[in-house]
Amino acid sequence: MTREKTHKWLVIALGILVSVTWIYPFFIIFFGSLKSRAEIFTNTIWIPENFVTENYSRAYEGLEYGRSFMNSLFITTASIIIIVIFSSMAAYALARNKSKISTAIYFFCALTMLIPFQSVMIPLVSIFGQIDFLNRFGLIIMNWGFASSMSIFLFYGAMRSISVSLDEAAYLDGGTPFQIFWRVIFPILKPTTVTVIILNAIRLWNDFLLPSLVINQEGMRTIPLRMYYFFGEYTVQWELALAGLVLAIVPIIVLYIFIQRYIVEGVTKGAIKT
Amino acid sequence: MKGKKKNLYYWAFIIPSLLAIFFVIVLPLILGIGTSLTNSDGYNAVFVGLSNYKNLLSDKQFLYSLRFTILFAVVAVVLINVIGLGLALLVTQKMGKVSVFFRTIFFMPNLIGGIILGFIWQFIFVRAFAGIANATGLSFFNAWLADTTTGFWGLVIVFLWQMSGYIMIIYISFLANIPSELIEAGQIDGANKWQAFWKIKFSMLAPAFTVSLFLTLANAFKIYDMNLALTNGAPYGSTEMIAMNIYNTAFFQYRQGYAQSKAIVFFLIVAVISLTQVFLTRRKEVDL
Repeated sequence: MTREKTHKWLVIALGILVSVTWIYPFFIIFFGSLKSRAEIFTNTIWIPENFVTENYSRAYEGLEYGRSFMNSLFITTASIIIIVIFSSMAAYALARNKSKISTAIYFFCALTMLIPFQSVMIPLVSIFGQIDFLNRFGLIIMNWGFASSMSIFLFYGAMRSISVSLDEAAYLDGGTPFQIFWRVIFPILKPTTVTVIILNAIRLWNDFLLPSLVINQEGMRTIPLRMYYFFGEYTVQWELALAGLVLAIVPIIVLYIFIQRYIVEGVTKGAIKT
Repeated sequence: MKGKKKNLYYWAFIIPSLLAIFFVIVLPLILGIGTSLTNSDGYNAVFVGLSNYKNLLSDKQFLYSLRFTILFAVVAVVLINVIGLGLALLVTQKMGKVSVFFRTIFFMPNLIGGIILGFIWQFIFVRAFAGIANATGLSFFNAWLADTTTGFWGLVIVFLWQMSGYIMIIYISFLANIPSELIEAGQIDGANKWQAFWKIKFSMLAPAFTVSLFLTLANAFKIYDMNLALTNGAPYGSTEMIAMNIYNTAFFQYRQGYAQSKAIVFFLIVAVISLTQVFLTRRKEVDL
């Protein structure tokens, strides 16, 4: 028993050592964001001697944080709502109608997942430019297109374990397929919906390249976009750049701490099933 | 329900997604193949046949970026899988609730986007490392990101920090699926802990290796944000990875036809990697 206990404490000690090293980069940034410009050069990685909180108010203004945050939130939320509605419906139809056409559509979706973004970005921007869709509306449609296949697969996988007898019972009660799906099936898909939301949220919230090509108006910039321009302006004023980075990270970390279990579960499902 | 009406609903449920996929991915790919055969600058285009593809073979920067990316991918894939598996084995040891805490921390960098990660580490490599060099006198910490070698390892470190937690999660889920009877049976047969690990866990982890290996490989090829925020290709394009090379050709040099020929080659490389993965994992499943 004692040998097992020693082993347990050794493992925990090792775990603490590795995890402190692992997140120390975050602390370097956090400590730095509270230092004066002079102190960043003399004390780069340790706790500040004098706390300078005004870095944050200046970075907040420089990033137009409130507006950038709302822009990110709007793009992410609107895209996810559309992705969830249409991907779950498509998966339902594919799973309930086994036919050659369904199989063909399924493989078509699988094939599109092999296409990396960079290999279509030039024509994509040119097509959407020609129809005047290089704006938030166009970005949401693009997000939808890129996320569809993966989301359909996840919903399709979940559909397989939902009995057809549920549909049949609801159909005998006089429901249309539309009503049956939204009233009976969609609620049962909830765990998968959570997975789809989480996986897309992580990707969309952090996305930089696509929004940078699509969003031209300064007032519409998301946090990663705004951060890119802000950082470029302030690398000589590291204390502001660092406070800006902390502001960009904090919403993600706070959310992660609260729903950590769901995020890890969702990512696991996404990695294994697709 | 009658066939005709049922058909109508079927298509009504599927068509929106298909249209989105078509206009965002398929149509651009098809048009892109056309663009790659022109000298398009984004406004005017003249058909030039396969000459863009021929020119790729003698484009020094493109070939350099390709080699740099392949070398990066190979090094990163090995390190990420070793570290990811190491972390997975660490957090699956018997230690109670702290293991969730460790898991949470190791996965955290994966939630931060490449742009932010690149900036965080730009500060660490440039400023914090310089501070450490001053304090300790160790020349190892001097002038990071100032040359190709430290730029390369800088990119590797950041990617490793981002991806290892993700790969850890994949390994954890496979480790959890190994039946404990199998390990107990091995121990009854007189296997010690090391033998149990190498013989039993290792062979059961084979499918996890395949998944993680190719996932890391494909992701390594697609890196752009992190490259932009950390080195932006500096010094002199020597840390410019393949995705950034395509972007710069299209949107800085405005040689969109030429850039698109690079993009098609890039597509073929990534598709071959992903298809190999599908092929290998399917075959393994049949074997089991």
